Amino acid sequence: MTVIDDRPADVGGVGTAPWRKEDAHLVTGQTTWTDNLAPVGTLHMAFVRSTMAHARIGSIDTSEAAGMPNVVGVFTGADFAEECPTLPCAWPVTPDMVHPAHPPIAIGKVRFAGDPVAVVVARDRASAVDAAETVLVDYEPLPAVVGMEQALTDEVVLHEDEGTNKAFFFSMPTGADIDETFAGADVVVKRRFIQQRLLPTPIEPRAVLCIPQAASGDFTIYSATQIPHILRTMLAVVTGMPEHKIRVIAPDVGGGFGAKLQVTGEEVIALLVAKRLGRPVKWTETRSETNLTMHHGRGQIQDIEVAATKDGKLLGLKVDLLADMGAYLMLVTPGVPILGAFMYPAIYKMDAYRFNCTGVFTTKTPTDAYRGAGRPEATFAIERIMDELADELDMDPMELRKLNWITHEEFPYEMVAGLTYDSGNYEAATARAMELFDYEGLRAEQAQRRADGDRIQLGIGISTFTEMCGLAPSRVLGQLDYGAGGWEAATVRMLPSGKVQVVTGSSPHGQGHETTLSQITSSALGVPFDDIEVLHGDTQVSPMGLDTYGSRSLVVGGIALQKAAGKVVDKARKLAAHLLEASEDDIEFADGTFSVKGSPDASKSIQELALAIFAAHDYPEDMEPDLTGHAIFDPENFSYPHGTHLCAVEIDTETGHTSIRTYVAVDDVGKVINPQIVEGQVHGGIAQGIAQALYEGVVYDDDGNLVTGTLVDYLVPAAPDLPSFTTDRTETPAANDLGVKGVGEAGTIASTPAVVNAVVDALRPYGVHDVEMPCTPERVWRAIQSGQEGGAQ
Amino acid sequence: MARITVTVDGTDYTDDVEPRTLLVHHLREALGLTGTNVGCDTSNCGACTVHVDGQSVKSCTMLAIQADGREVLTIQGLADTWDGEGSLHPLQQAFHEAHALQCGYCTPGMIMASLDLLAENPDPSDDEVRHGLEGNLCRCTGYQNIMKAVRAAAVQIRQGSTTSQEVPA
Repeated sequence: MTVIDDRPADVGGVGTAPWRKEDAHLVTGQTTWTDNLAPVGTLHMAFVRSTMAHARIGSIDTSEAAGMPNVVGVFTGADFAEECPTLPCAWPVTPDMVHPAHPPIAIGKVRFAGDPVAVVVARDRASAVDAAETVLVDYEPLPAVVGMEQALTDEVVLHEDEGTNKAFFFSMPTGADIDETFAGADVVVKRRFIQQRLLPTPIEPRAVLCIPQAASGDFTIYSATQIPHILRTMLAVVTGMPEHKIRVIAPDVGGGFGAKLQVTGEEVIALLVAKRLGRPVKWTETRSETNLTMHHGRGQIQDIEVAATKDGKLLGLKVDLLADMGAYLMLVTPGVPILGAFMYPAIYKMDAYRFNCTGVFTTKTPTDAYRGAGRPEATFAIERIMDELADELDMDPMELRKLNWITHEEFPYEMVAGLTYDSGNYEAATARAMELFDYEGLRAEQAQRRADGDRIQLGIGISTFTEMCGLAPSRVLGQLDYGAGGWEAATVRMLPSGKVQVVTGSSPHGQGHETTLSQITSSALGVPFDDIEVLHGDTQVSPMGLDTYGSRSLVVGGIALQKAAGKVVDKARKLAAHLLEASEDDIEFADGTFSVKGSPDASKSIQELALAIFAAHDYPEDMEPDLTGHAIFDPENFSYPHGTHLCAVEIDTETGHTSIRTYVAVDDVGKVINPQIVEGQVHGGIAQGIAQALYEGVVYDDDGNLVTGTLVDYLVPAAPDLPSFTTDRTETPAANDLGVKGVGEAGTIASTPAVVNAVVDALRPYGVHDVEMPCTPERVWRAIQSGQEGGAQ
Repeated sequence: MARITVTVDGTDYTDDVEPRTLLVHHLREALGLTGTNVGCDTSNCGACTVHVDGQSVKSCTMLAIQADGREVLTIQGLADTWDGEGSLHPLQQAFHEAHALQCGYCTPGMIMASLDLLAENPDPSDDEVRHGLEGNLCRCTGYQNIMKAVRAAAVQIRQGSTTSQEVPA
């Protein structure tokens, strides 16, 4: 089967849209998802999980399971207590953060429904599942601690040795005195917003396969992970096993969205069981297990207060967060809300800012990064309260934004939260969005519908967002007490025949790295797109890397590649000068060919030079016979994509049903390598943001049971639930080698407030000032009813 | 154990299976046909969609023994049903061209569901495609490019051609 591409041969460089290299195997089912792999002799794991949110473990009777057909072993937490006392948390956000032990299988107590209490290992998966069902666990129930404010009373404490459910208190006052600023303000608007928990829901569930080589002590681990490099290091750290004996491979990975940015107990247990039994060990979760145990996203109570003059000039901002950690701190759990600290001031100028955040343990699934990680929450709160302030001041919400945003002449601009935004043009993106949206026309229609008392009311929502991504400058991460740096590695190898191998330390799971990085290489070396291969996702093939999350693969990894390719060109230029008997200064490089100035016939292509250096018959004395380029890039700043998203919703005021009529997104992600891939990232991001606004929300009952335990109960939007999006771009180059900005999270960050602002805007005549997410028909209907009774907040 | 014979992608397979074995597990684990993916355990996601006797079926909703004597088509056999010359099926080619997949995990099911949709409605509107695929979840694309791909493939299938077509507006 062949993929047909009958388009012009010049498609393949930066700024073009070659069809993706990744697709051929994905559209034909020739895939290597972790669950597809099973060497001969593979043993399968099934976990016994807590059915209670909070309980002491009395006894665990595994005797029946151990005697069942095909069962090879049954293990409990105590069996691994010495080998792995705790899973890692790499982000202690304060020096006094409470960091309780998190054993990969619970010991003594369970702290959320789904906490593993035993693992059954059998020769086939069905036998393991059958046997797991026979394990009898005697629980002594303890009260569940479901709400964050309830948890802070410490009446029931999850981690008794710590004596408190408060994980940390982080405070960041910056700029002018906050109390004086608020005291002197004409207007203060305060709101409480709820960021409901979300399930990241990559369509591929988690899976891990660990293959031991007993004689050498080597372990090869395949995992559905975003972070093969970090996972290898962390497995070594938490188990004490030698890092160089662990190889991690991320084969085809079916989406991550932050949820596969994790070091999970199941991965650790697969490694430890494989070590113990000397056989390959595999685990693939069911979707119900995903919902129950893959980390959740969001989960915050946001108290936000803005101070302004009566003319609408912003003066200061106070943010007080309660952030739900869930039962344990996982890899970057505490850091997620802290990433938001820098984003509440968004694109607006103000003199005073104070951010406080309290992290709280509850008897629920741990939270951690989910597409945007802290920044969607911040952007939601600031964009929502800008609309509330506009309402208070009786101003158009866009006019209020224009009055306060950084103008394009003011870049680079140092924000009150301490970041310096390198570039942006909010005016341009907004003007284009307003034009595509027909803002004035829709406002006129809205006025007409209001005047007519139309059953279908129209709402217009604005989100003029920015975000910080491209994680991240290592020194800044160090100042934030993050456990690692934020550089990325790339290598460019010229093969003797002139083909090119690129090795990247970033690790894709749908983003199209093979295509995008080939395009950068093609433009940098002047080598055809199809002559380039991109290798990734295997710690043996790509020994250095910090993987893929935080919209970093292009803005950190892509620039590392650009620098590595530049080193290849520098070496090749020296070789070309030698072979063409010219001075290096007289050598020109264009379209993959080195030529001598003024003598266009004297030339060597870079692909010819690759063969020449391989033969090594004739090369400069002060040069090694090698054209390889290797670079580590550590950025000096974050990346700040921005844009203006406008949403028009129609609300049936009798049923509360919301439908999106128009969605316009104008994003500025700087220079674009592949416009089709960028548009795809924006589409998918917007879909996930709309999902938070209208559809998705994790529900626990009062006893801490997960109610939304399957995809029957948790509404991941399908095609009919979403509109078509109108997308466009403005292009304000970033201050980096490629002029690029991150795009992976922008749509998700932007869209949630655009939609909810539209919902609230539609309902303002009914006295409604907020609708809690997800804005279901029931909630919208109730808001209308209580608003009409004068009871809405 | 029950003995069954299932024709999958044109090949007959005879196996003894446990009665509780789902068709998707039979395909993946007994036959090694891992092109069909499992994404959930409640028949919501549609990643495992195949065709049985020409109709799309979520292969997690069917027991292997129910497929006895029937013809199953998976993503791995789809291209062979087209021109017999090694080309991709127009749906596969259109998903590729329209960037209708990112991670690709939902793609086999999405394509097989789309095949059924186009068999019933050879010229669907965007809205008809959206509703026709409501049983299949994609977390990456936001579905817009899937709409484009299915409609572009519809043109090609109607014309019996694998040459690239402009995506209808």
